[in-house]
Amino acid sequence: MSASGQEVLVSIRDLSVSYSSEADNEAALKGISLDIRDGERLAIIGESGSGKSTFALAIAGLLPGAAKMTGSIEWPGFSTKLGQKPLGGRDIGFVFQDPSASLDPVMPIGRQIAEVAKTHLFMSWPQAYGHAEKLLKRVRLDPASIIPAYPHQLSGGQKQRAAIAAAIAAGPNLLIADEATSALDTIVQAEVVSLIEQLVNEDGMALLFVTHDIALAARLAERIAVFQRGEMVELGETANIIHSPRHACTRTFRDAHIGLDTAPLLGRPAGGPRHG
Amino acid sequence: MSGVSRFLGKPEAIAGSIILCALLAMALSAGLLFPSDPQAIAGPALLPPFQHMSLPLGTDRLGRNVLAELFHGARASLAVGLAAAAASLAIGAFVGTLAGFAGGLMDEILMRVTDAFQTVPGFLLALAFVSIAGPSLTAVVTAIALSAWTGPARIARAQVLSIRERDYIASARVIGMHPLEIAFREILPNALPPVLALSSIIVAGAILTEAALSFLGLGDPNRVTWGGMIAEGRTVLRSAPFLSIIPGVALVFTVLGVYLAGEGVAEATAIRRGLS
Amino acid sequence: MTRASTLLRRRLVGSIFVLAIVIVGTFLLLEAAPGDAVDAYAASTGGDAGLIELLRHRWGLDQSALTRLASYIWTLAHLDLGQSIAFSRPIRDVIFERLPNTLLLMGSATALSFGLGSALGIVAGARPGSFRDRFLSIGSLALYAVPGFWLGLVLIVVFAVDLRWLPIGGVETIASTDTGFARAADIARHLLLPVTALGFIYLALYLRMMRAGMAEVWRMDFILAARARGITRRRIVFAHVARNALLPLITMLGLQSAQMLGGSVVIESVFSVPGLGRLAQEAVTARDTPLLMGIILTSAVLVIIINLAVDIAYAFLDPRVGASEGSP
Repeated sequence: MSASGQEVLVSIRDLSVSYSSEADNEAALKGISLDIRDGERLAIIGESGSGKSTFALAIAGLLPGAAKMTGSIEWPGFSTKLGQKPLGGRDIGFVFQDPSASLDPVMPIGRQIAEVAKTHLFMSWPQAYGHAEKLLKRVRLDPASIIPAYPHQLSGGQKQRAAIAAAIAAGPNLLIADEATSALDTIVQAEVVSLIEQLVNEDGMALLFVTHDIALAARLAERIAVFQRGEMVELGETANIIHSPRHACTRTFRDAHIGLDTAPLLGRPAGGPRHG
Repeated sequence: MSGVSRFLGKPEAIAGSIILCALLAMALSAGLLFPSDPQAIAGPALLPPFQHMSLPLGTDRLGRNVLAELFHGARASLAVGLAAAAASLAIGAFVGTLAGFAGGLMDEILMRVTDAFQTVPGFLLALAFVSIAGPSLTAVVTAIALSAWTGPARIARAQVLSIRERDYIASARVIGMHPLEIAFREILPNALPPVLALSSIIVAGAILTEAALSFLGLGDPNRVTWGGMIAEGRTVLRSAPFLSIIPGVALVFTVLGVYLAGEGVAEATAIRRGLS
Repeated sequence: MTRASTLLRRRLVGSIFVLAIVIVGTFLLLEAAPGDAVDAYAASTGGDAGLIELLRHRWGLDQSALTRLASYIWTLAHLDLGQSIAFSRPIRDVIFERLPNTLLLMGSATALSFGLGSALGIVAGARPGSFRDRFLSIGSLALYAVPGFWLGLVLIVVFAVDLRWLPIGGVETIASTDTGFARAADIARHLLLPVTALGFIYLALYLRMMRAGMAEVWRMDFILAARARGITRRRIVFAHVARNALLPLITMLGLQSAQMLGGSVVIESVFSVPGLGRLAQEAVTARDTPLLMGIILTSAVLVIIINLAVDIAYAFLDPRVGASEGSP
């Protein structure tokens, strides 16, 4: 599994995004070029306003209408094999930061997961609910109590697991987690991170992990890209980024974010299979 | 002011302002253009519109000049609409501020009274009040204010509740300002803007209520009103429908003008607030 | 069930307070009105000065205001609204005779305005800023500016006078022997214009609320999340955006019932529908204040009942209601 595919899943060339209003423009992107390989785990780190979330949204095709995008995002596997663009939900799973806001407050959890399966896997509602049950077990939630529950009846961690189940419902090739654990408290955060790690390994999905937490990135990713003010200032193997950062920004970022408690993590080899 | 230019940049807002200016011109020039009593006989009865130069909109059942009545009716509509709206905003702001600032039992009682006023159909209450007090301009204005103050009261209370805990109110308490002085000199002015945002809806509602009261014969009998004209025309609806239709069109334009201008102001100020 | 019943109990207590205030209010208006119940009785039955004095004493009208208020409440507690001057009959009987027509008119107008209004609101709100959206929102604003009674007159001129398709007024053909379905069809023909006149005004309100509500829901994160999951646009519009935006409209349904009862006064007068609203106008014309107060009290009770029903419906439609009272 650590043998990341040689094939390129997404090829981003000279990607720039700008917003019309001044206030949002700090989250813009300037000339990003980057490949995400099949099955690899790539972390994007940066401060808030570095454009890392905009990057994630751009790849998923979720930029707001006011955003202007130039450059290209190509999916080599798609254009050759299927002659079509990847579809959100089916080919790209997206997990958002705030699990309370990313689930419809008045629709039962089971239905929100089942509707993804119904949409992309062409299942009937009963089949889709059966699929949702399996997915909930995979994210270690009890299907019997979670399927009929509404978001407000769940804890933050439970909601994020349910949102992950919905994101992987149709078996995407790429899972994007945009600050997916930063709204959770530390213990729950660790659980959700290892859940994501396990799911990615089991399904062979590529993972784009967007975070401001360099320790988390170091634990999860094979490669790390560092964003600053809309530009990618550094990209490399996790170990290289952590131990011998070339860019001053990465250095200050590392020193600012790594406390004594997370230091031991950095000593571990990145990218190897660790679970099990 | 970017607000003014934004207001003028919207076609709806311009249309609304033009209508309101025309209306104001009608109301102000009524006495100059038609100095004689609009209720006096001016020509043959039931003259259709566009037949006679001096009576361009024809005459009613009693031979009164419809155009003169229309101009004088604009006066009544505008006067009653503005006076009733001002009265209901004032009552609403007063009750809401008192309830929100006093809190406790006082708040509870005032809000139940507000509930009671919202439970009784406003138009029925206005009807009852005018029928008991006798049809006069003051009675009509009071009746409409009685049926329309609850909305402003609720909004004023909600505003006051949020302002009450702010620092400058606490410091006013510390320097020993009288509670009533704090409530009405420090809090009320800051609670007013959202209450005033309701004014277009209230003015429009007041104009429509006045028309309905006059239509039922409860307007001031010594004044020409559009509602009264419609009621007059109703008796000859089969032979001369224009007598009901003309003042009705004037009413529709007036209310529409108020709404459009109100929406324009709301949008212009909302955008300005959003930017700052 | 417990969730809804706790809510209902709390609302019921509040409603009792509100009703008490309304009763005191109508009592004050009755006091302010020239003449009292004895004048009313004398006017309807005739009687000399001695009898009037005697009645005034017997009915306690020479007592203090507080005593009179107590006896007013006491009679109301027996569901006795007093005697109508204009009809020389118990007010309760007159009102109950007219109530069904008003309920039918209001119910149909509510169904029309809510159903069509929210449907058009979905059409407008499905694509905010589109041509359809702008057209519908300006059109609804124009509609909202139309006085209901005038719309009624215009409908009469067009459909009853010129085209002669529909009857000019009333609730059914007088002295008709129709029964069952034929009678229902006859009533429907009579009510079509008044229901349209009453319903169209509020249609604009629901349309605008639905549209504004949807615009707000579109900006929510969970809609972005649904888009990220690749849910079809049609399903996002109906199952997520419209579903969420519909909830405040249901609350509005209760608040709007009082307005609509007021609106039916004029509409019933225009179309000569023998309902509660027309009765109110008749009471005003006949200076029958006790009858008018009876109508106000009945309307208040009706509005309270409708609001309770709406609250119960809301509790079932919004899973978040009462969540703080101990769900899993």
